[in-house]
Amino acid sequence: MTGFLKLLARNRLALAGAIVMALVVLLALVTPLLPLADPDVTDTANRFRLPFSEGALLGTDHLGRDLLSRLLWGTRLSLAVGFAAAIVAATIGAAIGIISGYYGGRVDNIIMRGVDMLMAFPYILLALAIVAALGPGLLNALIAVAAVNVPFFARNIRGITVGLAHKEFVDAARLAGLTNTRIILTEILPNVIPVIVIAMSTTIGWMILETAGLSFLGLGSQPPQADLGSMLGEARSALITNPHTSIVPGVMILIIVMSINLLGDGVRDALDPRLKSGALSRPMAATRVDRRAPVPEATGAGLLEVQDLQTQFHVRDRNYRAVGGVSLHVKPGECLGIIGESGSGKSVTALSVMGLVASPPGVIAGGAVRYDGEDLIGAPYRRLREMRGRNVAYIFQDPLATLHPLYRVGDQLIEAIRSHRPIGKAEGREKAIELLKAVRIPNPEKRVSDYPHEMSGGMRQRVGIAMALANDPDIIIADEPTTALDVTVQAQILSLLDDLRRSRGLAIVFITHDFGVVAQLCDRVAVMYAGRIVEEGPTQGILETPLHPYTARLMACVPELGGGKRRLEAIPGLPPVVDKLPAGCAFADRCTKAREDCRTSEIHLEREGARAVRCIHPETPLREAAE
Amino acid sequence: MTIALQLENLSKSFAVGRSLFGAPKGMVRAVHPITLTVGKGETLGIVGESGCGKSTLARMLVGLLEPTTGQIEIDGAALDNADPAIFGKRIQYVFQDPISSLNPRKTIRQVMEAPLKRLHGMKKTERNRRIAEIFDSVNLREEFLDRYPHEFSGGQAQRIGIARALAAEASILILDEPVSALDVSVQAQVLNLLADLKTELDLTYLFISHDLAVVEAVSDRIAVLYFGSVVEIGPAEEVFRAPRHPYTRLLAESAPVVGRPLTAPEAKGSELPDPLNPPPGCAFAARCPHATDICRSETPKLPEGGQSGAACFHPLA
Repeated sequence: MTGFLKLLARNRLALAGAIVMALVVLLALVTPLLPLADPDVTDTANRFRLPFSEGALLGTDHLGRDLLSRLLWGTRLSLAVGFAAAIVAATIGAAIGIISGYYGGRVDNIIMRGVDMLMAFPYILLALAIVAALGPGLLNALIAVAAVNVPFFARNIRGITVGLAHKEFVDAARLAGLTNTRIILTEILPNVIPVIVIAMSTTIGWMILETAGLSFLGLGSQPPQADLGSMLGEARSALITNPHTSIVPGVMILIIVMSINLLGDGVRDALDPRLKSGALSRPMAATRVDRRAPVPEATGAGLLEVQDLQTQFHVRDRNYRAVGGVSLHVKPGECLGIIGESGSGKSVTALSVMGLVASPPGVIAGGAVRYDGEDLIGAPYRRLREMRGRNVAYIFQDPLATLHPLYRVGDQLIEAIRSHRPIGKAEGREKAIELLKAVRIPNPEKRVSDYPHEMSGGMRQRVGIAMALANDPDIIIADEPTTALDVTVQAQILSLLDDLRRSRGLAIVFITHDFGVVAQLCDRVAVMYAGRIVEEGPTQGILETPLHPYTARLMACVPELGGGKRRLEAIPGLPPVVDKLPAGCAFADRCTKAREDCRTSEIHLEREGARAVRCIHPETPLREAAE
Repeated sequence: MTIALQLENLSKSFAVGRSLFGAPKGMVRAVHPITLTVGKGETLGIVGESGCGKSTLARMLVGLLEPTTGQIEIDGAALDNADPAIFGKRIQYVFQDPISSLNPRKTIRQVMEAPLKRLHGMKKTERNRRIAEIFDSVNLREEFLDRYPHEFSGGQAQRIGIARALAAEASILILDEPVSALDVSVQAQVLNLLADLKTELDLTYLFISHDLAVVEAVSDRIAVLYFGSVVEIGPAEEVFRAPRHPYTRLLAESAPVVGRPLTAPEAKGSELPDPLNPPPGCAFAARCPHATDICRSETPKLPEGGQSGAACFHPLA
């Protein structure tokens, strides 16, 4: 709650709205206690007195009634009716929406078609019809305004409920023996309430206006009772001769609706989970760079060289060192595997190469990434854009999320080419078909005009690979490209990548958590833990004689096909959080071989020949393994 | 061996293209009639690729979906009504995604109390004692009870999910990909915990997964599902070592194994047949290197009894 208020207060306009609104509400609340003239007593001798005249601070109206008094009593009434209408509309609308969304099927269909019919009428006509049927009066105006707004809430809440009703926790509640009513009340409703509040905060101003509109037409509050709409309505005939009688209630409506809307927008921004997750703060086009230490010199090892890379996430006062000094390189035609668990920094390392880590909160705080000797970190955005896809291309885990659902795959391939060189329509299509052929999609002439949803997961990932190949890059960074796929499809994708690197001399950086995949595809492997490389070397060597206890334990955790039923070797505990890493080895707390000296000081990556390990008590001595 | 769970001709079809009134345009068969028995204390592994019907089968078993045909017997008593509150006491479910199976706005205590209160009608003190007992058995600290789901890691959340299933005191657990959302080091912790609980509480498991090595490591028997049917079933140590159905062999050869060179095990299109327009005969025939005319016209069945063997006209080995 305090978090919500803080977020709200950070939005200046919302804060101003809240203050003004609070003042208006306070005035309305204390109106009966103020020494005001009776709002309904007429005094025709003193009609149309101007504001600031004696005894009438805001003047008097056409019947000589005190405008200040009428304004405050009128505001009180208008606010009360507006809020009441909003609460009634929200309650009824939400109830309809939840029932419709939760039960679905025919119930949903019938209710929502009814709501659609209600929405098909222009709102003012509908409100007029309701008031005409019920007779004029403030209560009937309230009913009309509430009824007109029910569909808005019903549709909004139904949409949210449909999503929630299929969530696993609802199934779990059902299995725990909860009845439908209880599920709605205890599982669905608490998750829907923020949406109801958001919808209310953005519509309440509108409802006050609608009530005022009905009163203006003489269908709401009846004389002599004052509300803002009826005051405007009565002042209409004197609009030219005595404008102040219209301006006074008009300004009050403006103030109320403006402040409620500003506050409502603020509430929405602070509560909406989609906006909370950072949709409002647009990431920059390239990761922010803030290198304090001197940039390491180029060594000329490999086509792509990552040197002591440090990428951090600055979230409020915390500093997450997602990548804490990673060095690696890859040569043309070589496949380097990066293996690690979630949170080990393997994906952030890969994204840092082309400055794709979202900033804020990401910052590259040190090191260099060299493509053919040229430092890419801190390179101007134009240069990075030129190289993205052209020199270094990415393949991501979920092809459904990386392909645009509304464009044909062929058009997306052509777009990828066109962002680097101009290409005609026919030529582009030809090239797209050629690319699809290269990734062995059957019947490419037909498939080129498919939408992503028309393809299976394996086919989509092939399109993802085709897109990465579109501009003949030298390096492909594949971030868990087969994790979302079935095993039979995975095998095909892996052999496709293997063929491509052999036939085109591609350098591949392959990120995964699967030792089986690494063993089949990669020449060299780097094992990452808590943002650092703990072991590196030729795949064969590491699989046969792992040096770091983490590598050895991780390999032992994974069951191998053909072993029969057995107990698995688990690693106890969890990886450390990267904003408070221990002083020595990050794995020490989970390691059976850890000793005193593991926890005291920084442990360096020792290198011997092709092998490297960050451990002072390795499983096998480094020198022995390197031979 | 006493039978814990028996399925007879259990199948599920979904209607497609249903309008407000009038008949649906067609039916999709997600699960073809399946007959299976699971012994008490046994772990039956179910493997298959996405779209093979394994989740539909699981949801039917716990009553979240009503079967189109067939019936389910638990401990010899037929259970064919779709009331989860009755099912809940006999058979429970552990979900794939541990975080999304917990209501983000409920504390863990509220989550744990629901089955105790609704299924067993326990009093407050009794509930607290029972929750403490269960939490102890899944190695979770009691101080977690007053926290919200987003404060937990995947492995902890999955243990909470298991604790909730245990709270119902069902003797059969359906484990639907219980470790596929977890990191490998945590995966082993959860699998070992499940094995311990099984011996301790005398449970029966149905373990559903797409990961062949994991299924093999935890199961006594394995059933391989393809396009909604069981194509092969047999003892865990044999199914992948000596597959009899060509599809099982394809699966076993596709799994990445350390020390085996990379080969694409099949060149043909690997897509499942169109469920709206299923092919006659064996659903795997189009991908099968051994397919003959009979495969494309007649549907092969599991050998009599359906407890071991392959549904294939030309079984391997």
